[in-house]
Amino acid sequence: MKTMTYGEAIREGMRMKMQEDPNVYILGEDVGAFGGCFGVTAGLFDEFGPDRVRDTPISEGVIIGCAVGSSATGLRPIAELMFIDFLTVGMDQLVNQAAKMRYMFGGKINVPMVVRLPGGAGVQAAAQHSQSLEAWLTHVPGLKVVFPSTPQDALGLMLSAVEDDNPVMYVEHKALYALKGEVNDIKPIPLGVGDIKREGNDLTIIATGKMVHEALAAAETLAKEGYDVEVLDPRTLFPLDKDLIRQSVEKTHKVLIATEETKRGGYGGEISAIISEEMFDSLDAPIVRIGALDTPIPFSPMLESYVIPNAKDIVHAVKENF
Amino acid sequence: MKVKNNVIINMYLRMKRIREFETKAMNLFAEGSIPGFVHLYLGEEAVATGVCANLDDKDYITSTHRGHGHIIAKGGSLNEMMAELFGKEAGYCKGKGGSMHIADATKGILGANGIVGAGHNIAVGAGLSAQYQKSGQVCVCFFGDASTNQGTFHEALNLASIWKLPIVFVCENNLYGISMSQTRHQAIKDIADRGVAYNVPGVAVDGNDVFAVYEAADEAIKRARDGQGPTLIECKTYRHRGHFEGDAGAYKPKEEQEFWMQKDPLPRIEKYMIDNKVVTPEELEKLKAQVMGEIDEAIKFANESPYPELASAVQDIYSDIVEEGRVR
Repeated sequence: MKTMTYGEAIREGMRMKMQEDPNVYILGEDVGAFGGCFGVTAGLFDEFGPDRVRDTPISEGVIIGCAVGSSATGLRPIAELMFIDFLTVGMDQLVNQAAKMRYMFGGKINVPMVVRLPGGAGVQAAAQHSQSLEAWLTHVPGLKVVFPSTPQDALGLMLSAVEDDNPVMYVEHKALYALKGEVNDIKPIPLGVGDIKREGNDLTIIATGKMVHEALAAAETLAKEGYDVEVLDPRTLFPLDKDLIRQSVEKTHKVLIATEETKRGGYGGEISAIISEEMFDSLDAPIVRIGALDTPIPFSPMLESYVIPNAKDIVHAVKENF
Repeated sequence: MKVKNNVIINMYLRMKRIREFETKAMNLFAEGSIPGFVHLYLGEEAVATGVCANLDDKDYITSTHRGHGHIIAKGGSLNEMMAELFGKEAGYCKGKGGSMHIADATKGILGANGIVGAGHNIAVGAGLSAQYQKSGQVCVCFFGDASTNQGTFHEALNLASIWKLPIVFVCENNLYGISMSQTRHQAIKDIADRGVAYNVPGVAVDGNDVFAVYEAADEAIKRARDGQGPTLIECKTYRHRGHFEGDAGAYKPKEEQEFWMQKDPLPRIEKYMIDNKVVTPEELEKLKAQVMGEIDEAIKFANESPYPELASAVQDIYSDIVEEGRVR
């Protein structure tokens, strides 16, 4: 058993794959000797050298485009975008190229690339450095999307993401980098397999990323008031572990979905729709969604914490609705 | 530069294939056999041909929405191309790509591309692969004049230059971005000048002279293989047709069209071959007949191929997931 932070676990996953496969390399802004904006790639430059840990200019389009072109020709790039918000600058390369190439070309070219995307609010980074844009990615056929919430999942999902022959978007929550946790299994976690983070019988909270921890905190509070809450972390947003969701819903018959993204058009809505369409008979109550308010993320700490959802909001919503 | 006769004949065959393939595609589109959009390479044959005559199968190219010429010049299969244009199962992409998305990994063709300027960055990745794996391969990135106004052009040349990637950036300056003439879409005359900004050598050549293109590409490709980094070649050329079929090209002045038709690359190479006794007139006719036969065969192949099964629509998105289908 090993204790690691979330950031260290991401790095360990990358290091293991780089040791295993000489075609795995990292590219991004300041990922080399500087160690990355959040320190996630620290030490890898010294271990693997400048050819495999490559600093790029501030050019998100070519960071993603280079990953596309090199993955289509035999390499396995791990591209780091400093913030998920910068996806906008490289979106064509991701959506129209990476996600489409395999299909457009009749399945004859694979694009095995990983894009690391630090997202989420809570560090007063304001409107252009705090977004949760996962739903933009899940909306695009051709992309896989993972979103680990713990060091264990961060490591296991990184191993699987690099091994995968498709473009995998690795969303990481920047407020979790320092989170410590036990890493018992040094092995890949298959994409599309969710995890029950807490077992319970009365209500299922489906939560992603940092909201998993808010849901766990809420479950503790609610336990004292007699609610036996199950917390389900899909870990992979696409492919989604619908079987695990079904098992949980058939047990608890009540669902709350907690994601940090703005609620309007969010992936929480997609999960809700899937449950309504496919598991309606198992539901005893309407599904409830918790998300950020439909605003840009404000800077001032008081405003930011008002806009993004937390454990209290979950507790309140559970008491109000179930 | 002395070019060997067999190389000249080979280049002529490729140019003629492009000319006849595109002429047939034009007619087949007009009569409704080819759906969607087609952007024809007519008039620009010397560019792709002169460049690709210097490449091996293992070298890479990235292409554009006007990609048929690049693919034929790189040795792509006429049968599979035509079947793809028809949307048939035997097409290069099993009917999922069409005219704008033909790729052939076995020939290093990393795809035609429907997004103007998208190939620049993909070429950087392919160039990096070649450098990283020390394979000796080069990547040629084909693009039009208007795409040099996209941010990708700047990003790609900058990064290719600082990493000294084995890439040749080949600009087909056909004078128009859709309907907007070069004089209106950028304030420079020679796109080759843009290389200065990246410390990339820039050369402008007559893109309708296959020998001029061949020579410039030869030097740039050698430079790339030698580890000296990218080159920007601007080939000045002209598209005979509109931006896509259905665009009558009313924005192209008559005198301009007449001027460029005088420089049509096909009669030029034919005249060169006869004048320099590369072939006899009879041999030239035989070469023409050979190409016509190949094109007829491609159309037959496309016509005979079935349309794809509906179930294939949900395949090939991922290497390991088949999406849900629809019951009808």
